[in-house]
Amino acid sequence: MTVLNSKIPAGPLAEKWSKHKAAIKVVSPANKRKLDIIVVGTGLAGGSAAASLAEMGYNVKAFCYQDSGRRAHSIAAQGGINAAKNYQNDNDSIYRLFYDTIKGGDYRAREGNVYRLAEVSGDIIDQCVAQGVPFAREYGGTLSNRSFGGVLVSRTFYARGQTGQQLLLGCYASMNRMIGQGKIEMHERNEMLDIVIADGKARGIITRNLVTGEVERHGAHAVVIATGGYGNVFFLSTNAMGCNGGAAWQAYKNGAYFGNPCFVQIHPTCIPVHGEQQSKLTLMSESLRNDGRVWTPKKKEDAIKLQKGEMGPNDIADEDRDFYLERRYPSYGNLVPRDVASRAAKERCDAGFGVNAEGKAVYLDFKYSIERLGRDVIEARYGNLFQMYEKITDVNPYNEPMQIYPAIHYSMGGVWVDYNLMTNIPGLYAIGEANFSDHGGNRLGASALMQGLADGYFILPYTIGDYLADEIQTPRIELNHPEFEKKEKAVQERLERLYNVKGDKSVDSFHKRLGNIMWDYVGMARNEKGLKFAIEEIAKIKADFYKNVRIPGDFDAMNIELEKAGRVADFLELGDLMARDALNRKESCGGHYREESVTEEGEAKRDDDNFTFVSAWEYQGEDKDPILHKEDLVFETVELTQRSYK
Amino acid sequence: MSSFLSSSIGKKLIMSLSGLFLIVFVLVHLILNSFLLFDKTGELFNAGAHFMSLPIIRFGLQPVLAGGFIIHIIYAITLTLQNQKARPQKYAVQNLSNSSTWSSRNMFVLGGLVLVFIAMHLLHFFVPIQIEGNVHDDAQLVKALFTNGSMGLVYTGLYVLGAILLGFHLAHGFWSAFQSIGFSNKIWKKRLEKVSYFYAIFVAAGFTIIPLYLHFFA
Amino acid sequence: MADKILKELTIKVWRQKNAKAKGKFESYKISDISTGTSFLEMLDILNEQLINDGIEPIAFDHDCREGICGMCSLFIDGRAHGPDDDITTCQLHMRKFEDGATITIEPWRAGAFPVIKDLIVDRTAFEKVLQSGGYISVNTGGVPDGNAIPISYDDAEEAMDAAACIGCGACVATCKNSSAMLFVSAKVSHLAKLPQGRVEATRRAKNMVAKMDELGFGNCTNTGACEVECPKGISIANIARLNREFLSATIKG
Repeated sequence: MTVLNSKIPAGPLAEKWSKHKAAIKVVSPANKRKLDIIVVGTGLAGGSAAASLAEMGYNVKAFCYQDSGRRAHSIAAQGGINAAKNYQNDNDSIYRLFYDTIKGGDYRAREGNVYRLAEVSGDIIDQCVAQGVPFAREYGGTLSNRSFGGVLVSRTFYARGQTGQQLLLGCYASMNRMIGQGKIEMHERNEMLDIVIADGKARGIITRNLVTGEVERHGAHAVVIATGGYGNVFFLSTNAMGCNGGAAWQAYKNGAYFGNPCFVQIHPTCIPVHGEQQSKLTLMSESLRNDGRVWTPKKKEDAIKLQKGEMGPNDIADEDRDFYLERRYPSYGNLVPRDVASRAAKERCDAGFGVNAEGKAVYLDFKYSIERLGRDVIEARYGNLFQMYEKITDVNPYNEPMQIYPAIHYSMGGVWVDYNLMTNIPGLYAIGEANFSDHGGNRLGASALMQGLADGYFILPYTIGDYLADEIQTPRIELNHPEFEKKEKAVQERLERLYNVKGDKSVDSFHKRLGNIMWDYVGMARNEKGLKFAIEEIAKIKADFYKNVRIPGDFDAMNIELEKAGRVADFLELGDLMARDALNRKESCGGHYREESVTEEGEAKRDDDNFTFVSAWEYQGEDKDPILHKEDLVFETVELTQRSYK
Repeated sequence: MSSFLSSSIGKKLIMSLSGLFLIVFVLVHLILNSFLLFDKTGELFNAGAHFMSLPIIRFGLQPVLAGGFIIHIIYAITLTLQNQKARPQKYAVQNLSNSSTWSSRNMFVLGGLVLVFIAMHLLHFFVPIQIEGNVHDDAQLVKALFTNGSMGLVYTGLYVLGAILLGFHLAHGFWSAFQSIGFSNKIWKKRLEKVSYFYAIFVAAGFTIIPLYLHFFA
Repeated sequence: MADKILKELTIKVWRQKNAKAKGKFESYKISDISTGTSFLEMLDILNEQLINDGIEPIAFDHDCREGICGMCSLFIDGRAHGPDDDITTCQLHMRKFEDGATITIEPWRAGAFPVIKDLIVDRTAFEKVLQSGGYISVNTGGVPDGNAIPISYDDAEEAMDAAACIGCGACVATCKNSSAMLFVSAKVSHLAKLPQGRVEATRRAKNMVAKMDELGFGNCTNTGACEVECPKGISIANIARLNREFLSATIKG
């Protein structure tokens, strides 16, 4: 078994990053011009990295499957971005942001990485302001902040309910400037399907041009994967329809380790599933829990009537409402962290108190805050979210409580990387949600944007130089290298295999089956029996998929079913690895809740003695069990305690 | 500057400036015509018409006015052709009625019809008065056109129609001209639109009343 | 409020194999659609039906399905993003349609947005406009503190109003002239309202307008239809601002 070297620098926590930066190599401007870097994905991480690297002088090739880089799903982030600026004078600091993030992640992230994240957080805000991100302002002209769940200070910067959009447009603008100058070669509607490794180093990628159907070769001195998370394994999630784990999965199949695949975040406030035909779940911002009270009926008979549509929520008197979050967690109330709030909702619904026809929804009620603050105040704060809710559900949330239910939202797990954000394959990097590094078992609100931009603007551009400094003698990568030939052929064969099944079931039907298994057995609550069952079931779905999937249309042209089939093929394998990882991690921790590991009050119980490590899985070949490597997490600064929000 | 004039915004600016110039002309014209309402003898109107025939006006201002028309028309044609080209394949179904006014979508057609009207109008008055120069009582010429038996009714109708077409053209054209030169924002847009409608109705009503008055009461 | 079932709908949709092929309308029947279903889910159901019948499914652009990425398009019954206000196609729901209706779906039509396949169009013209100047020329690092330059509340809000544009192309699709002025003006206004963006405001306006013209969009005739159909309610006051910026850029030379 290889020993995983995380390359965390020695020394005091606060000096690790600056010492490391001083120690690593840099590439001269003259040499940067000779080096090519591929960036796959153009969300906050990929976009900011592509722009920054091009500004530094590297030749960047950027890829995205959408028709424009600015459509990456970072755009959908609503609430905000954290930064330890202490503009509010509430005693915020780099250390406090670091500590909140480590604790929020249930002590399963690296101290060194998280501290660095907190350290550069302030620079991100400055950078975004300089790019023209219209953050909310006070009347005096200074930046405004709001609070988010799980923390005691006000450090979240925001641009209405569209912070992700504005940040993404900011870094996309920087990218555009570089595209205009010819420093970034942009490839839209182009999906990465394999990585080319030559002489032990990442040297390029194989992609499929989604418009022409052509399989293409692209070479570079380094490859950066910034393709986000794999939440769509569950079919229904808050991810965009096209979000996929493909690039990360190809990295894994080429030998990169996959870190903590079982850590996925379930967001408590999404619009519940509606019928059988739902394609996508819509998130309602966490900020709603500031003024909304979560409840289900106290009496079973009321719940049954609600489910049958025989009564409405407003027919239930206050004393017959169970504000279960306030009841169970009096000190944090409705603002407990996401994993806790999600589990509590599931517990109520499993007990038969769900409020919609499917019995899978709870109420988020604004009646009380409207009475207290007036409708105008609530409208000013959440008007756009209320409008969105009404458009989707046809229910006016000013008059009737919202129905919400948890949904898959984010993957903390991802490609294993060292302190330099490099995978164990030299020259292959993973940044943003695609890597596993900073959020441990649970991510705090408004931290995803922070991590994506930290990686792309301020970390990768430095650390990649350490590797590329030794590559300055390497000439431009030859695309007729046998490895390119081999990989292109492999991709072609993989696609042909799918296309030629010519069965009788649609790709989506398999995806839905996989999603159901994942949600039921690898979702909010997991146990040994269920996980073993899931592994067996996924194998059956996979076998059926390769026997019966049907892909109409042409092979060598735009073919949306073929695109989807490739992604679902990856998801089937990813789902299996997630279940294995969940089975292996016998503790409950953050978003990973094992029913075998709970406190007497039914709360998640960590097992620090046996599981204070990162699971890093190594691929062994199709239908062979992967090997588990463990990276021990060393806590030099913080003390591990059981989280309590009571 | 040449790149400015060939740019879409530059061309629109020319449309808007020539349009504003013509808007001023229309107002002057209306004021002059209104003399027919206020002075039954026609002397006031004749004095005005005479003034308009002075060499300084004929050879100084009329070419400018004609130029304004010609530029407005040429640019309208250029822009419209470009706009046609910008959508080579049309929609099978397009419903614009709830997102824009009819007149705003049909400025070229309205303008074209107004042009036809103007051509007729020039034949009726401009040619005999200013080209042929054989008219002594201009007011009588005007009155005759609208009162001459059954044809009088037809011409009255045509002139009323022309006024209404012009009104529709102005209803959009007036505020649009300000928008095109950049003189508008969220607050001013509402104000300009109101002024625009007021002006359009004023002009259309004015030019409608005169032939009707002459036909029925002169 | 309770969802109803639409027993039968006729979907008349533009089918076109690729950019070069000649397209035509095809009609498909679909039954038992709940009014709570989103429009794109209805298309998913139709596609599932087509796949089962061995017909290639209808290709359409979509991604986030929550109204922010701007990827979904579709001209539905004569309107960009269909018969509802302030939403994108992905937020449109079937409760806006009557049982037995024939729904006509067309791609965005504009010379600058050629059809790629079925309902998918190529909107890279927008990206080219952005590349010509839709940015603030600042490198990563070496920037002042976020609070170093105060920005008035109103300016920040106005910039945000313009910045809310999702670049979907509904303005171009709606405009009878296929003009991109609303899109370009939103981008120019967003940056022009901020002190950071003011520095190169004139250059930006000139370059972006020149690129827009070059790409074959039509001219703005101020009909205002774009503003009404824009899912994010971007105001045409931005177009007036762009005209102003462009004019002053020309005067300044």
